[in-house]
Amino acid sequence: MFDYNFHWRPVMKSLPDLLEAASLTLQVAVLAMVLGIVLGLCLALARLHLKGPVYWFATAWVELARNTPALFQLFFFGFGLGAFGLHLSPYLIVLAGLTFNCAGYLAENFRGGFKAVPETQIRASRSLGMTPWQAYSRVVIPQVFRIVYHPITNQMVWAVLMSSLGMLVGFRELSGETQFFASRTFRIFEYFAVTAVIYYAIVKVILLSSRLMAARLFRY
Amino acid sequence: MEPTLKFFSGFAPNDLWFMGEAALRTLWISVLSISLGTVLGTLFGWMLYEGRRAATLTLAPVLDVFRSVPLIIQLVLFYNFAPIVGLNLDPFASGTVILTVYTAALVANVARGGIEAVGAPMRRAARSLGLSYWQDLRHVVLPIGGRAVFPSWVGVALGVMKDSALVSVLGYVELLKASQILITRTQEPFLILALAGAFYFALSYPVSRYATHLENRWAQ
Repeated sequence: MFDYNFHWRPVMKSLPDLLEAASLTLQVAVLAMVLGIVLGLCLALARLHLKGPVYWFATAWVELARNTPALFQLFFFGFGLGAFGLHLSPYLIVLAGLTFNCAGYLAENFRGGFKAVPETQIRASRSLGMTPWQAYSRVVIPQVFRIVYHPITNQMVWAVLMSSLGMLVGFRELSGETQFFASRTFRIFEYFAVTAVIYYAIVKVILLSSRLMAARLFRY
Repeated sequence: MEPTLKFFSGFAPNDLWFMGEAALRTLWISVLSISLGTVLGTLFGWMLYEGRRAATLTLAPVLDVFRSVPLIIQLVLFYNFAPIVGLNLDPFASGTVILTVYTAALVANVARGGIEAVGAPMRRAARSLGLSYWQDLRHVVLPIGGRAVFPSWVGVALGVMKDSALVSVLGYVELLKASQILITRTQEPFLILALAGAFYFALSYPVSRYATHLENRWAQ
Protein backbone atom coordinates (compact mmCIF):
# COMPACT_ATOMS: atom_id res chain seq x y z
CA MET A 1 0.00 0.00 0.00
CA PHE A 2 2.93 2.26 0.63
CA ASP A 3 5.11 2.15 -2.48
CA TYR A 4 5.92 5.80 -2.54
CA ASN A 5 9.35 7.14 -1.72
CA PHE A 6 9.43 10.47 -0.05
CA HIS A 7 12.12 12.77 -1.33
CA TRP A 8 12.77 15.58 1.05
CA ARG A 9 16.13 16.63 -0.32
CA PRO A 10 14.88 18.95 -3.09
CA VAL A 11 12.57 20.60 -0.57
CA MET A 12 15.40 21.14 1.88
CA LYS A 13 17.52 22.59 -0.89
CA SER A 14 14.89 25.16 -1.78
CA LEU A 15 14.04 25.90 1.84
CA PRO A 16 15.84 29.28 1.78
CA ASP A 17 13.72 30.30 -1.22
CA LEU A 18 10.58 29.18 0.57
CA LEU A 19 11.48 31.14 3.68
CA GLU A 20 12.14 34.20 1.57
CA ALA A 21 8.72 33.73 -0.03
CA ALA A 22 7.28 33.39 3.46
CA SER A 23 8.64 36.82 4.32
CA LEU A 24 6.87 38.14 1.22
CA THR A 25 3.66 36.51 2.48
CA LEU A 26 4.12 38.20 5.83
CA GLN A 27 4.91 41.51 4.18
CA VAL A 28 1.79 41.55 2.02
CA ALA A 29 -0.37 40.40 4.94
CA VAL A 30 0.97 43.07 7.28
CA LEU A 31 0.59 45.77 4.65
CA ALA A 32 -2.96 44.67 3.89
CA MET A 33 -3.75 44.70 7.60
CA VAL A 34 -2.37 48.21 8.14
CA LEU A 35 -4.34 49.53 5.17
CA GLY A 36 -7.32 47.44 6.22
CA ILE A 37 -7.33 48.90 9.73
CA VAL A 38 -7.22 52.47 8.43
CA LEU A 39 -9.90 51.86 5.81
CA GLY A 40 -11.95 49.74 8.19
CA LEU A 41 -11.97 52.58 10.73
CA CYS A 42 -13.13 55.01 8.03
CA LEU A 43 -15.84 52.58 6.89
CA ALA A 44 -17.05 51.96 10.43
CA LEU A 45 -17.22 55.67 11.25
CA ALA A 46 -18.93 56.37 7.93
CA ARG A 47 -21.57 53.75 8.67
CA LEU A 48 -22.09 55.08 12.19
CA HIS A 49 -22.15 58.83 11.64
CA LEU A 50 -22.80 59.61 7.99
CA LYS A 51 -25.82 59.43 5.74
CA GLY A 52 -26.37 59.45 1.99
CA PRO A 53 -23.96 58.22 -0.67
CA VAL A 54 -20.98 57.82 1.67
CA TYR A 55 -23.02 55.61 3.98
CA TRP A 56 -24.22 53.49 1.07
CA PHE A 57 -20.75 53.22 -0.38
CA ALA A 58 -19.34 52.03 2.97
CA THR A 59 -22.23 49.61 3.46
CA ALA A 60 -21.84 48.17 -0.04
CA TRP A 61 -18.11 47.70 0.55
CA VAL A 62 -18.63 45.94 3.87
CA GLU A 63 -21.40 43.66 2.62
CA LEU A 64 -19.58 42.76 -0.59
CA ALA A 65 -16.38 42.00 1.29
CA ARG A 66 -18.20 39.81 3.79
CA ASN A 67 -20.59 38.00 1.47
CA THR A 68 -18.43 36.94 -1.46
CA PRO A 69 -15.49 34.51 -1.48
CA ALA A 70 -12.05 36.04 -1.00
CA LEU A 71 -10.96 34.26 -4.15
CA PHE A 72 -13.72 35.99 -6.07
CA GLN A 73 -12.47 39.34 -4.78
CA LEU A 74 -8.96 38.48 -5.88
CA PHE A 75 -10.18 37.44 -9.33
CA PHE A 76 -12.10 40.66 -9.53
CA PHE A 77 -9.02 42.76 -8.90
CA GLY A 78 -7.07 40.48 -11.21
CA PHE A 79 -9.30 39.86 -14.24
CA GLY A 80 -12.33 42.03 -13.57
CA LEU A 81 -10.44 45.28 -13.64
CA GLY A 82 -8.74 44.08 -16.80
CA ALA A 83 -12.04 44.78 -18.55
CA PHE A 84 -11.38 48.46 -17.93
CA GLY A 85 -7.84 48.19 -19.17
CA LEU A 86 -6.46 48.25 -15.65
CA HIS A 87 -3.89 45.52 -15.26
CA LEU A 88 -2.40 45.16 -11.79
CA SER A 89 0.72 43.20 -11.00
CA PRO A 90 0.16 39.98 -9.03
CA TYR A 91 1.52 41.69 -5.93
CA LEU A 92 -0.98 44.51 -6.24
CA ILE A 93 -3.83 42.11 -6.97
CA VAL A 94 -3.21 40.24 -3.74
CA LEU A 95 -2.64 43.42 -1.76
CA ALA A 96 -5.80 45.06 -3.11
CA GLY A 97 -7.89 41.92 -2.62
CA LEU A 98 -6.67 41.35 0.93
CA THR A 99 -7.08 44.99 1.86
CA PHE A 100 -10.60 45.08 0.48
CA ASN A 101 -11.51 41.94 2.41
CA CYS A 102 -9.81 42.88 5.69
CA ALA A 103 -11.27 46.40 5.66
CA GLY A 104 -14.77 44.96 5.26
CA TYR A 105 -14.44 42.49 8.12
CA LEU A 106 -12.62 44.91 10.41
CA ALA A 107 -15.19 47.64 9.77
CA GLU A 108 -17.86 45.45 11.33
CA ASN A 109 -15.64 44.74 14.34
CA PHE A 110 -14.87 48.42 14.79
CA ARG A 111 -18.52 49.32 14.48
CA GLY A 112 -19.36 46.87 17.23
CA GLY A 113 -16.54 48.34 19.33
CA PHE A 114 -17.72 51.91 18.92
CA LYS A 115 -21.28 50.90 19.70
CA ALA A 116 -20.15 49.22 22.91
CA VAL A 117 -18.90 52.52 24.36
CA PRO A 118 -21.95 54.36 25.71
CA GLU A 119 -22.47 57.84 24.33
CA THR A 120 -22.92 59.20 27.84
CA GLN A 121 -19.19 58.72 28.37
CA ILE A 122 -18.44 61.21 25.60
CA ARG A 123 -20.86 63.68 27.13
CA ALA A 124 -19.34 63.13 30.57
CA SER A 125 -15.80 63.71 29.33
CA ARG A 126 -16.95 66.79 27.43
CA SER A 127 -18.51 68.24 30.55
CA LEU A 128 -15.26 67.56 32.42
CA GLY A 129 -13.68 70.04 30.02
CA MET A 130 -12.10 67.71 27.48
CA THR A 131 -12.01 68.72 23.86
CA PRO A 132 -13.78 66.34 21.44
CA TRP A 133 -10.40 65.06 20.32
CA GLN A 134 -9.33 64.39 23.89
CA ALA A 135 -12.61 62.66 24.64
CA TYR A 136 -12.09 60.36 21.70
CA SER A 137 -8.40 59.67 22.13
CA ARG A 138 -8.41 59.26 25.93
CA VAL A 139 -11.81 57.75 26.66
CA VAL A 140 -13.35 56.11 23.61
CA ILE A 141 -10.41 54.78 21.61
CA PRO A 142 -8.71 52.94 24.51
CA GLN A 143 -11.92 51.07 25.23
CA VAL A 144 -12.62 50.32 21.59
CA PHE A 145 -9.05 49.13 21.14
CA ARG A 146 -9.47 46.66 23.96
CA ILE A 147 -12.64 45.28 22.37
CA VAL A 148 -11.25 44.97 18.86
CA TYR A 149 -7.79 43.72 19.87
CA HIS A 150 -8.62 40.03 19.55
CA PRO A 151 -10.66 40.41 16.35
CA ILE A 152 -7.67 42.27 14.85
CA THR A 153 -5.39 39.40 15.82
CA ASN A 154 -7.76 36.91 14.24
CA GLN A 155 -7.98 39.01 11.11
CA MET A 156 -4.19 39.10 10.93
CA VAL A 157 -4.15 35.31 10.97
CA TRP A 158 -6.82 35.27 8.28
CA ALA A 159 -4.81 37.70 6.18
CA VAL A 160 -1.80 35.37 6.27
CA LEU A 161 -3.95 32.36 5.39
CA MET A 162 -5.80 34.26 2.66
CA SER A 163 -2.60 35.48 1.05
CA SER A 164 -2.11 31.85 -0.03
CA LEU A 165 -4.72 32.54 -2.71
CA GLY A 166 -1.98 34.54 -4.42
CA MET A 167 -0.95 31.18 -5.85
CA LEU A 168 -4.01 31.30 -8.13
CA VAL A 169 -3.26 34.72 -9.57
CA GLY A 170 0.40 34.05 -10.21
CA PHE A 171 1.85 35.74 -7.14
CA ARG A 172 5.01 34.04 -5.91
CA GLU A 173 4.49 34.31 -2.18
CA LEU A 174 4.88 31.21 -0.02
CA SER A 175 2.15 29.19 -1.75
CA GLY A 176 2.96 30.43 -5.23
CA GLU A 177 6.63 29.66 -4.74
CA THR A 178 5.75 26.21 -3.42
CA GLN A 179 3.54 25.58 -6.41
CA PHE A 180 6.39 26.66 -8.67
CA PHE A 181 8.91 24.31 -7.10
CA ALA A 182 6.38 21.49 -6.79
CA SER A 183 5.52 21.54 -10.47
CA ARG A 184 9.19 21.68 -11.37
CA THR A 185 10.21 18.68 -9.29
CA PHE A 186 6.87 16.79 -9.07
CA ARG A 187 7.45 16.46 -5.31
CA ILE A 188 4.08 18.03 -4.72
CA PHE A 189 3.28 16.39 -1.41
CA GLU A 190 6.68 17.04 0.16
CA TYR A 191 6.72 20.69 -0.86
CA PHE A 192 3.23 21.42 0.32
CA ALA A 193 3.81 19.56 3.59
CA VAL A 194 6.78 21.78 4.38
CA THR A 195 4.79 24.85 3.37
CA ALA A 196 1.96 23.80 5.68
CA VAL A 197 4.48 23.61 8.53
CA ILE A 198 5.78 27.09 7.71
CA TYR A 199 2.25 28.52 7.68
CA TYR A 200 1.50 26.82 10.96
CA ALA A 201 4.63 28.31 12.49
CA ILE A 202 3.79 31.80 11.20
CA VAL A 203 0.28 31.61 12.63
CA LYS A 204 1.55 30.36 16.00
CA VAL A 205 4.13 33.15 16.19
CA ILE A 206 1.45 35.75 15.42
CA LEU A 207 -0.88 34.37 18.08
CA LEU A 208 1.88 34.08 20.67
CA SER A 209 3.21 37.59 20.12
CA SER A 210 -0.31 38.94 20.19
CA ARG A 211 -0.88 37.26 23.53
CA LEU A 212 2.38 38.61 24.93
CA MET A 213 1.53 42.08 23.71
CA ALA A 214 -1.95 41.84 25.20
CA ALA A 215 -0.47 40.92 28.56
CA ARG A 216 1.63 44.07 28.44
CA LEU A 217 -1.01 46.37 26.97
CA PHE A 218 -3.92 45.39 29.16
CA ARG A 219 -2.24 45.19 32.55
CA TYR A 220 -4.78 47.36 34.24
CA MET B 1 -13.22 38.45 -47.12
CA GLU B 2 -14.29 35.08 -45.83
CA PRO B 3 -15.12 35.00 -42.12
CA THR B 4 -12.11 33.58 -40.39
CA LEU B 5 -12.17 31.15 -37.55
CA LYS B 6 -12.62 33.08 -34.34
CA PHE B 7 -10.66 32.02 -31.33
CA PHE B 8 -12.85 33.82 -28.83
CA SER B 9 -16.62 33.80 -28.88
CA GLY B 10 -19.01 36.03 -27.01
CA PHE B 11 -21.08 35.21 -23.98
CA ALA B 12 -24.03 33.10 -25.18
CA PRO B 13 -27.25 32.13 -23.38
CA ASN B 14 -25.91 28.59 -23.27
CA ASP B 15 -23.18 29.75 -20.97
CA LEU B 16 -25.77 30.73 -18.41
CA TRP B 17 -26.71 27.05 -18.18
CA PHE B 18 -23.07 26.17 -17.76
CA MET B 19 -22.77 28.65 -14.91
CA GLY B 20 -26.04 27.54 -13.37
CA GLU B 21 -24.89 23.96 -13.33
CA ALA B 22 -21.61 25.02 -11.75
CA ALA B 23 -23.53 27.02 -9.16
CA LEU B 24 -25.48 23.88 -8.29
CA ARG B 25 -22.19 22.05 -7.86
CA THR B 26 -21.00 24.78 -5.49
CA LEU B 27 -24.24 24.38 -3.54
CA TRP B 28 -24.00 20.59 -3.48
CA ILE B 29 -20.43 20.39 -2.20
CA SER B 30 -21.17 23.13 0.37
CA VAL B 31 -24.35 21.55 1.68
CA LEU B 32 -22.72 18.13 1.86
CA SER B 33 -19.60 19.24 3.69
CA ILE B 34 -21.40 21.67 5.98
CA SER B 35 -23.87 19.02 7.12
CA LEU B 36 -21.26 16.31 7.59
CA GLY B 37 -18.86 18.78 9.17
CA THR B 38 -21.48 20.07 11.57
CA VAL B 39 -22.30 16.57 12.82
CA LEU B 40 -18.64 15.70 13.19
CA GLY B 41 -17.81 19.09 14.69
CA THR B 42 -20.58 18.85 17.27
CA LEU B 43 -19.22 15.47 18.29
CA PHE B 44 -15.71 16.94 18.56
CA GLY B 45 -17.06 19.88 20.54
CA TRP B 46 -18.73 17.54 22.98
CA MET B 47 -15.50 15.55 23.28
CA LEU B 48 -13.53 18.74 23.91
CA TYR B 49 -16.00 19.68 26.63
CA GLU B 50 -16.23 16.29 28.32
CA GLY B 51 -12.75 14.99 27.62
CA ARG B 52 -11.09 17.83 29.49
CA ARG B 53 -7.38 17.14 29.74
CA ALA B 54 -7.20 14.13 27.42
CA ALA B 55 -9.04 15.92 24.62
CA THR B 56 -7.16 19.15 25.18
CA LEU B 57 -3.89 17.28 24.71
CA THR B 58 -4.90 15.15 21.72
CA LEU B 59 -7.91 16.40 19.78
CA ALA B 60 -7.48 20.14 20.23
CA PRO B 61 -4.01 20.42 18.63
CA VAL B 62 -5.14 18.31 15.67
CA LEU B 63 -8.17 20.52 15.06
CA ASP B 64 -5.95 23.53 15.52
CA VAL B 65 -3.81 22.47 12.55
CA PHE B 66 -6.83 22.68 10.24
CA ARG B 67 -7.45 26.22 11.42
CA SER B 68 -3.82 27.33 11.10
CA VAL B 69 -2.98 26.06 7.61
CA PRO B 70 -4.53 27.69 4.54
CA LEU B 71 -7.40 25.65 3.17
CA ILE B 72 -5.88 25.67 -0.28
CA ILE B 73 -2.72 24.00 1.06
CA GLN B 74 -4.83 21.42 2.91
CA LEU B 75 -6.68 20.62 -0.30
CA VAL B 76 -3.56 20.21 -2.42
CA LEU B 77 -1.85 18.18 0.32
CA PHE B 78 -4.73 15.79 0.79
CA TYR B 79 -5.38 15.42 -2.92
CA ASN B 80 -1.76 14.42 -3.42
CA PHE B 81 -1.54 12.37 -0.25
CA ALA B 82 -4.55 10.14 -0.90
CA PRO B 83 -2.94 8.22 -3.80
CA ILE B 84 0.16 7.61 -1.67
CA VAL B 85 -1.86 5.54 0.74
CA GLY B 86 -3.70 3.87 -2.10
CA LEU B 87 -6.89 5.90 -2.17
CA ASN B 88 -8.05 7.07 -5.53
CA LEU B 89 -10.23 10.06 -4.86
CA ASP B 90 -11.62 12.38 -7.48
CA PRO B 91 -11.49 16.14 -6.88
CA PHE B 92 -15.05 16.16 -5.56
CA ALA B 93 -14.38 13.47 -2.96
CA SER B 94 -11.10 15.03 -1.83
CA GLY B 95 -12.72 18.44 -1.66
CA THR B 96 -15.61 17.09 0.37
CA VAL B 97 -13.32 15.31 2.81
CA ILE B 98 -11.16 18.36 3.47
CA LEU B 99 -14.07 20.80 3.60
CA THR B 100 -15.84 18.48 6.04
CA VAL B 101 -12.86 18.23 8.35
CA TYR B 102 -12.27 21.96 8.05
CA THR B 103 -15.90 22.66 8.95
CA ALA B 104 -15.68 20.19 11.82
CA ALA B 105 -12.59 21.94 13.19
CA LEU B 106 -14.41 25.27 13.17
CA VAL B 107 -17.72 23.89 14.45
CA ALA B 108 -15.98 22.03 17.31
CA ASN B 109 -15.13 25.33 18.97
CA VAL B 110 -18.60 26.69 18.35
CA ALA B 111 -20.19 23.57 19.80
CA ARG B 112 -18.00 23.61 22.87
CA GLY B 113 -18.91 27.25 23.39
CA GLY B 114 -22.57 26.27 23.13
CA ILE B 115 -22.27 23.60 25.79
CA GLU B 116 -20.35 25.98 28.04
CA ALA B 117 -23.05 28.60 27.55
CA VAL B 118 -25.51 26.45 29.48
CA GLY B 119 -24.94 27.12 33.13
CA ALA B 120 -23.98 24.29 35.47
CA PRO B 121 -26.94 25.01 37.84
CA MET B 122 -29.36 24.54 34.95
CA ARG B 123 -27.83 21.19 34.09
CA ARG B 124 -27.80 20.08 37.70
CA ALA B 125 -31.44 21.07 37.92
CA ALA B 126 -32.19 18.98 34.84
CA ARG B 127 -30.44 15.98 36.31
CA SER B 128 -32.21 16.48 39.66
CA LEU B 129 -35.52 16.39 37.83
CA GLY B 130 -34.63 12.88 36.81
CA LEU B 131 -33.40 13.47 33.28
CA SER B 132 -30.64 11.13 32.17
CA TYR B 133 -27.35 12.53 30.89
CA TRP B 134 -28.46 12.17 27.29
CA GLN B 135 -31.93 13.58 27.95
CA ASP B 136 -30.23 16.56 29.57
CA LEU B 137 -28.05 17.04 26.46
CA ARG B 138 -30.96 16.61 24.08
CA HIS B 139 -33.67 18.62 25.85
CA VAL B 140 -31.72 21.22 27.83
CA VAL B 141 -28.27 21.80 26.36
CA LEU B 142 -29.24 21.54 22.70
CA PRO B 143 -32.06 24.11 22.70
CA ILE B 144 -30.34 26.61 24.98
CA GLY B 145 -26.73 26.23 23.89
CA GLY B 146 -27.73 25.83 20.26
CA ARG B 147 -29.55 29.12 20.37
CA ALA B 148 -26.56 30.85 21.95
CA VAL B 149 -24.15 29.79 19.23
CA PHE B 150 -26.50 29.66 16.26
CA PRO B 151 -25.20 32.96 14.81
CA SER B 152 -21.59 31.76 15.01
CA TRP B 153 -22.58 28.52 13.35
CA VAL B 154 -24.21 30.45 10.51
CA GLY B 155 -20.99 32.42 10.17
CA VAL B 156 -18.98 29.21 9.90
CA ALA B 157 -21.40 27.68 7.40
CA LEU B 158 -21.36 30.75 5.17
CA GLY B 159 -17.58 30.88 5.42
CA VAL B 160 -17.32 27.28 4.25
CA MET B 161 -19.77 27.98 1.42
CA LYS B 162 -17.51 30.79 0.25
CA ASP B 163 -14.36 28.76 0.82
CA SER B 164 -15.76 25.94 -1.32
CA ALA B 165 -14.56 28.09 -4.23
CA LEU B 166 -11.07 26.86 -3.40
CA VAL B 167 -11.91 23.30 -4.44
CA SER B 168 -11.41 24.65 -7.96
CA VAL B 169 -7.64 24.20 -7.48
CA LEU B 170 -8.21 20.46 -7.66
CA GLY B 171 -10.08 20.87 -10.93
CA TYR B 172 -13.62 20.57 -9.60
CA VAL B 173 -15.69 22.84 -11.82
CA GLU B 174 -17.69 24.86 -9.32
CA LEU B 175 -18.97 28.36 -9.91
CA LEU B 176 -15.70 30.25 -9.79
CA LYS B 177 -13.85 27.70 -11.90
CA ALA B 178 -16.66 27.83 -14.45
CA SER B 179 -16.39 31.61 -14.53
CA GLN B 180 -12.68 31.33 -15.12
CA ILE B 181 -13.25 28.92 -18.00
CA LEU B 182 -15.82 31.25 -19.53
CA ILE B 183 -13.57 34.27 -19.08
CA THR B 184 -10.80 32.52 -20.95
CA ARG B 185 -13.15 31.80 -23.84
CA THR B 186 -15.25 34.95 -24.03
CA GLN B 187 -12.78 37.54 -22.76
CA GLU B 188 -15.57 39.24 -20.87
CA PRO B 189 -14.28 39.09 -17.33
CA PHE B 190 -16.39 41.82 -15.83
CA LEU B 191 -19.80 40.49 -16.83
CA ILE B 192 -19.03 36.91 -15.85
CA LEU B 193 -17.40 37.75 -12.54
CA ALA B 194 -20.31 40.04 -11.70
CA LEU B 195 -22.71 37.14 -12.32
CA ALA B 196 -20.69 34.76 -10.16
CA GLY B 197 -20.32 37.33 -7.41
CA ALA B 198 -24.04 38.09 -7.52
CA PHE B 199 -24.78 34.40 -6.97
CA TYR B 200 -22.58 34.14 -3.89
CA PHE B 201 -23.93 37.41 -2.58
CA ALA B 202 -27.54 36.41 -3.15
CA LEU B 203 -26.90 33.22 -1.21
CA SER B 204 -24.88 34.63 1.65
CA TYR B 205 -26.38 38.05 2.30
CA PRO B 206 -29.99 37.04 3.12
CA VAL B 207 -28.82 34.20 5.35
CA SER B 208 -26.46 36.41 7.33
CA ARG B 209 -29.13 39.10 7.64
CA TYR B 210 -31.63 36.53 8.87
CA ALA B 211 -29.12 35.21 11.41
CA THR B 212 -28.53 38.74 12.73
CA HIS B 213 -32.27 39.25 12.93
CA LEU B 214 -32.71 36.03 14.93
CA GLU B 215 -29.80 36.94 17.16
CA ASN B 216 -31.37 40.30 17.97
CA ARG B 217 -34.75 38.74 18.63
CA TRP B 218 -33.34 36.06 20.90
CA ALA B 219 -31.21 38.61 22.73
CA GLN B 220 -34.32 40.38 24.00
